[in-house]
Amino acid sequence: MSLDKATVAKIAHLARIKVPEEELDHLAGELSQILTFVEQLNEVDTGNVPPMTSVAAQKLRRRKDEVTDGGYRDAVLSNGPETAEGFYVVPKVVE
Amino acid sequence: MAELTHLTMAGALDGLAKKDFTAVELAEAHVKAVETIRPLNAFITETPDKALEMAKASDARRAKGEAGPMEGLPIAVKDLFCTKGVLTTAASHILDGFKPEYESTVTSNLWRDGAVMLGKVNLDEFAMGSANITSHHGNVISPWSPGEVGNWSRQLVPGGSSGGSAAAVAARAALGATGTDTGGSIRQPAAFTGIVGIKPTYGRCSRWGVVAFASSLDQAGPMTRTVEDAAIMLRSMCGFDPKDSTSVDMPVPDFRAALTGDIRGLKVGIPKEYRVEGMPAEIAAIWDQGIEWLKAAGAEPVEISLPHTKYALATYYIVAPAEASSNLARYDGVRFGLRVEGGNLKDLYENTRGAGFGKEVRRRILIGTYVLSAGYYDAYYNKARQVRTRIKWDFDEAFQRCDVILTPTAPSTAFAIGEKMDDPIQMYLNDVFTVPASLAGLPGMSVPAGVGSDGLPLGLQLLGRPFDEETVLRVGQVIEKAAAVTATPPFMA
Repeated sequence: MSLDKATVAKIAHLARIKVPEEELDHLAGELSQILTFVEQLNEVDTGNVPPMTSVAAQKLRRRKDEVTDGGYRDAVLSNGPETAEGFYVVPKVVE
Repeated sequence: MAELTHLTMAGALDGLAKKDFTAVELAEAHVKAVETIRPLNAFITETPDKALEMAKASDARRAKGEAGPMEGLPIAVKDLFCTKGVLTTAASHILDGFKPEYESTVTSNLWRDGAVMLGKVNLDEFAMGSANITSHHGNVISPWSPGEVGNWSRQLVPGGSSGGSAAAVAARAALGATGTDTGGSIRQPAAFTGIVGIKPTYGRCSRWGVVAFASSLDQAGPMTRTVEDAAIMLRSMCGFDPKDSTSVDMPVPDFRAALTGDIRGLKVGIPKEYRVEGMPAEIAAIWDQGIEWLKAAGAEPVEISLPHTKYALATYYIVAPAEASSNLARYDGVRFGLRVEGGNLKDLYENTRGAGFGKEVRRRILIGTYVLSAGYYDAYYNKARQVRTRIKWDFDEAFQRCDVILTPTAPSTAFAIGEKMDDPIQMYLNDVFTVPASLAGLPGMSVPAGVGSDGLPLGLQLLGRPFDEETVLRVGQVIEKAAAVTATPPFMA
């Protein structure tokens, strides 16, 4: 599989990572190389093989749906780069 | 007090119990050692005041007769574990200034048992790498590097991603360190620096409070200078935690009690697929030597087959980046760490993530995003999960015929910074022997087994059945004793 520059730009946008235009070509080469490497998996017969969902043979535990902890607003916000009035601050998203 | 920093954990516990020295004296010696090894760049954050304060409290507990299983032992913490009020970076620019408001379960367990924190050690950014050369805080240099300190003739890598942990323990600046292993990040650096590293079964150690890379693979584990020390530290790290949905509710054995030295009649699987083409002669030789040592101790080697071994790396390089791309979505410039402003919210996200992630992390997020994107999900991600099932089945079948598996840990001794850097695939091949057990969730340990022709450490890997760390440790100690490696790094505190 060979990725072109436009596809890499599209993936970068999906991942919300700004990639400088001049790095796209090199990155397309590297990603294509990795995708070519992983394509060897097509040799494996996986006809009736279930995709692995959990490596440990266990079910997810259930618990009562009740509040057991909380009330940490200030602690949660303490690492925010910009906060005000008990909220995170972001650029305006609604006109 | 150089001799205090050269003790094993077991030896230090004895000395503390006999009042030969105090936890404060032990901590002071290590604080000094941490300063001495600064040229290695092993630590991102040193916490000497905290170390002395914790040591003082430890001496007080011991005086009251309340000594825990790791009472007074100074350790280093990989900077991937959240530590309350102490900078936690994951070696990434994007977590600049992040001081968690909570403590990871694993480190909480260690402090509960009396351990003392020396500081936070360097790693590959978000634990993505095999050489500790992707950290925003700079490369870690192996204490095994030849030449004059700071002016080495070859700057060797300590392995990765737990490179700071490995360097600190090998250079005698910490009695042990926490590591994390997603595809080999405990075992490969342990092999490169001549120490012991064990990744327990997936689910043994809580992942709560450990910065996530690939959640279905990540496991914490100890890195120490002896197998006995690994058993001591592993017991403290493990345990059921309701805050991690994949934490397993099982009793934690006294791993140290499993070290009986008796492996008579044990069947040791030798996977024929691990004799990869082009395997260096000295790697093949140390593997054969390991088989001979176990035979001499009464174990029986059996050839086994793990037919899907050759597909493990490709599987890993789909599954791990896919999970990483999802886990790392949280770094958005809004809630913690770095923020690079933009005209609108989308630009703020893109600018922050563009500036905050290093090249290897960016490469993996992009691969992960691609294999999970519409139209490619089945062809790549689902296919990889199916092959992962087959790899797990291979091990299930093999363990019908053997009790433990012996392989080399890494395909070479440590290389120098600058080598293997142009081609990501070449770097990924470092993990060829460690990745399969990660995909299958099995316990795996690297034990020092000798030195190569370049005088650098070689490790052997033992893999066990799920939740059978005890056999892995028992057999590991037999190898450790038979190998009796005396070589030490040229640079030690």
